[in-house]
Amino acid sequence: MSGKSLFDKVWDMHIVASETEDVPAILYIDLHLVHEVTSPQAFDALRTRGLTVRRPDLTLATMDHSTPTVPINSLQELKVISEPEAFEQIIQMEKNCEDFGLKLRGFDSDERGIVHVIGPELGATQPGKTIVCGDSHTSTHGALGALAFGIGTTEVCHVLATQCLLQRKPKTFAVNLVGQLQPGVTAKDIILAIIGEIGVDGGTGHAIEYRGEAASRLSIEERMTICNMAIEGGARTGMFAPDDTTFEYIAGRPLAPSGTAWDTSLSNWRLLPSCDDAKFDKEATLNISELKPMITFGTNPGMVIPVDGVIPTPSATDTGFAKALDYMQLEAGQPLAGTPVDIVFIGSCTNSRLSDLRAAASLFKGRKVADGVRALVVPGSAKVKRDAEAENLPAIFQAAGAEWREPGCSMCLAMNGDFVPAGKLAVSTSNRNFEGRQGKGARTVLASPLTAAASAINGVVSDPRPFI
Amino acid sequence: MDPVNKITSRTVVLPLDDVDTDQIIPARFLRTTVREGIGENLFADWRYQKDGSQRVDFILNQPSAQGAEILVAGRNFGCGSSREHAPWALLDQGFRAVISTEIADIFSNNSLKNGLLPVIVDSKTHQWLLDNPNIELTLDVENKQLTLPDGKTVSFPIENFSRYCLLNGVDQLGFLMEFTEVISEFEAQTR
Ligand code: SF4
Repeated sequence: MSGKSLFDKVWDMHIVASETEDVPAILYIDLHLVHEVTSPQAFDALRTRGLTVRRPDLTLATMDHSTPTVPINSLQELKVISEPEAFEQIIQMEKNCEDFGLKLRGFDSDERGIVHVIGPELGATQPGKTIVCGDSHTSTHGALGALAFGIGTTEVCHVLATQCLLQRKPKTFAVNLVGQLQPGVTAKDIILAIIGEIGVDGGTGHAIEYRGEAASRLSIEERMTICNMAIEGGARTGMFAPDDTTFEYIAGRPLAPSGTAWDTSLSNWRLLPSCDDAKFDKEATLNISELKPMITFGTNPGMVIPVDGVIPTPSATDTGFAKALDYMQLEAGQPLAGTPVDIVFIGSCTNSRLSDLRAAASLFKGRKVADGVRALVVPGSAKVKRDAEAENLPAIFQAAGAEWREPGCSMCLAMNGDFVPAGKLAVSTSNRNFEGRQGKGARTVLASPLTAAASAINGVVSDPRPFI
Repeated sequence: MDPVNKITSRTVVLPLDDVDTDQIIPARFLRTTVREGIGENLFADWRYQKDGSQRVDFILNQPSAQGAEILVAGRNFGCGSSREHAPWALLDQGFRAVISTEIADIFSNNSLKNGLLPVIVDSKTHQWLLDNPNIELTLDVENKQLTLPDGKTVSFPIENFSRYCLLNGVDQLGFLMEFTEVISEFEAQTR
């Protein structure tokens, strides 16, 4: 029998009842992240059935999706700014947390932010934990060696009530990273290239482990960017083996273990990485030495080219491809670089952490956003905002003519007042370029913070490498 | 959840691949705290013009689509976000099943929990269904088979527990709650 993979180990440790042919496994959940958009109907179901939240202590609640990213000092101000339904959702979240005894990282909290940014930042995300949230980008937490995946609202209710989920074990998929990134090429480019390679359904039914010497050299924030978009390749989740980089990142964070508990945790965490002879159901390898900055040209994250490439020509039978180019108002056989840009969005749970903002600032420093371009920089959390302020990054953004906003999901999904107007082209560091994702009729080019900043400065989709 | 066994209906065909949940229901319609009325916004950006009137060229707006309960979709239907609003919207609009060669994981999971049947067929059957829109099919959960108009049957996979829950209208939370003690024991042992 071959050895266990990281995924197998974490899975096996959380089996409350084993799966059989007739029944899925009952999987215990160590951390449940809750936000205002996918939880209201789950709390209602609890109420209807007279149930309570089983483990409020394992439930972390915040507000990020429908919350505006302009400064808010009172509920009254929020009411004026928000659309009525978004306001209702926020009020409902406050009420649900109060009624069910959950601590909410709400507007007044200095720990508020995008769920997938604050989990790791608070030290709540730890190796070997099972983590779920009513949000597909929960895979982000896999960067620290957790098994983390998105669930629907019915399952949110299951976890609230029982701290467990009925789950069939997914297959495993090893993505080997080899080589060394060139200057100007980032973790975002790695994951865009992977999705381009395996396709938007290449990971369906699988849990990905990113492996290899190149994987172990990546910082935790880089790993988060990569795990974040595992779902865009169809996978249930993405994971990195925990290592010293992971442990250093977690040590000293507010919800991290300390004292002897730290020592115990550490020795457990060290046992988690996949055994050398672990077998995976599927494998792929990417040499990152050859990688260039990547940009999307279509309406899913698999429609991706190097920044200096040309848009491929669709086969005559591929109606989806033609429809995507039509929506994007782009032409096959043409380069995408050089296309005029209307909006640049630097933010989202993919790329809104301090390292992302530093990268963007390194390009904006002493330069200006091109005339006619609106550039927004939206920190992923209140802490990222404070840390960036401590380094004077906002001053750099503002001097360049970019907006510096309050934390939240912002323009990633256009349900909080920030959106890309119809027909406008946005270069965005978020994770989805679906039709209408950033606003009805919005045209999205996904890119790294460096590529986004370079595009803001030049006013056209641009290769960041000349700036480096 | 009401039990689901046999579904007999005409099909409506949406042949595009990789239809994502942002198309099924755009995020701006997720600012709801209830489930009712959500079907109105199903495929909103494809179904309606700027002024709110229906686009005649969109398949769901055509007379042939009215009353159809089976959606034949392109490959990788439902990719993208975990929003359960996607199956809710399809159900609210009257759909009871989606057929494709591949359906995204979370969407499929969410669908089963709400009684929307995800049906995976081989690519030959799929192509035939795409080429022959607006035909009557029967989907049989118990026997895991699809019956074509000529009486030919094609089997489809469905996970045992989901099948059991669909056939009996089992509420999965009720099932999980029966394990409360086992869960407590697990917590006592491991934490
Ligand atoms: S930033 Fe975007 S992808 Fe991330 S949680 Fe918010 S809406 Fe979802």
